[in-house]
Amino acid sequence: MATRGASSVIAATPESPPASRAAGIAWRLATVVDVVTETPRARTLLLDVPGWPGHRAGQHVDVRLTAADGYQAERSYSIASAPEDPRIALTVLRLDDGEVSPYLNDVLRSGDRLELRGPIGGYFVWTVALGGPLLLVAGGSGVVPLMAMLRHRAAMPARHAVPARLLYSARRWEDVFYREELARLAEGDETLEVAFTLTDAVPPGWTGFGRRIDRMMLAEVAWPPAEQPHVFVCGPTPMVEAVAATLVELGHDPARVKTERFGPTGGS
Amino acid sequence: MNGEALRLDGNAAGGMLSEIFVPDVTAARATCANCGAMREMGALLVYASGMGMVIRCPSCDAVVLRIARPRKQLWLDLTGVKLVVIP
Repeated sequence: MATRGASSVIAATPESPPASRAAGIAWRLATVVDVVTETPRARTLLLDVPGWPGHRAGQHVDVRLTAADGYQAERSYSIASAPEDPRIALTVLRLDDGEVSPYLNDVLRSGDRLELRGPIGGYFVWTVALGGPLLLVAGGSGVVPLMAMLRHRAAMPARHAVPARLLYSARRWEDVFYREELARLAEGDETLEVAFTLTDAVPPGWTGFGRRIDRMMLAEVAWPPAEQPHVFVCGPTPMVEAVAATLVELGHDPARVKTERFGPTGGS
Repeated sequence: MNGEALRLDGNAAGGMLSEIFVPDVTAARATCANCGAMREMGALLVYASGMGMVIRCPSCDAVVLRIARPRKQLWLDLTGVKLVVIP
């Protein structure tokens, strides 16, 4: 696939499919209402999506960019916001060789429009009604759909009946998304525990883990298999597969270990 | 880049599949025609390219479903799936 510069990519008016394919999830024009810088390489786009039917935590949207010559590029982005939030939040990590993420990160501003369809996916989803305990394991930008689950949980009065743990692996502390919000959520909630591991460098005085997620770490952080946690693992493909395989080795039911692989680089 | 690092979940095919199936099928259970394993479509393995997606069985690696978008058409190959049960 040819790589196009971000400047050649524009958001287009949704194209009508042939009448025979009018069904399905509609492409909609979203408007960027705010942009939040999360890390030096990631931004959250807050979107107003007219006609949005609502979503469940863990679902994603497809974003479609159309160049002036008609060339289209589509990518999937997990929804970071809780279903209770009227605005749809997408946190996008900028990949230098990406076709889509540089445009979403560098070019889009408040008031701009963006073509997307969703919500998509009924597999990697969690609602408070599904119960717990809840174990979330994130690698890099894989934290995004898991954050939607934690935000949904935080919005529900019944959250204390559903204890939750997040194990979040990132390269460095400055790469961690939602740092303040995660600290705030964990501080005010005895039934939520958040553990970090940093794989490249740790800041002075660091008390968290400082290595890739391994068997010993999972045995320490995860609920015992006998408690039958709902497990959601999201991140780069090799990390997700290693974590899921280790959890199954530790005795977790494979049917309760749900995965969302982001590919080699964590989405683009 | 090896193919294994490019592997995604069936969930990633949800958008394209929604162009064909009205209900969400990522939560539907599909039975592999090759080995008979039954999995939620979201738990199948997806190999995506610019043209489309090949969806494989995590138990036996057989192709369960192929979906492609050549030009303006939409192609669906279901020879690898014996049964789809939509909840």
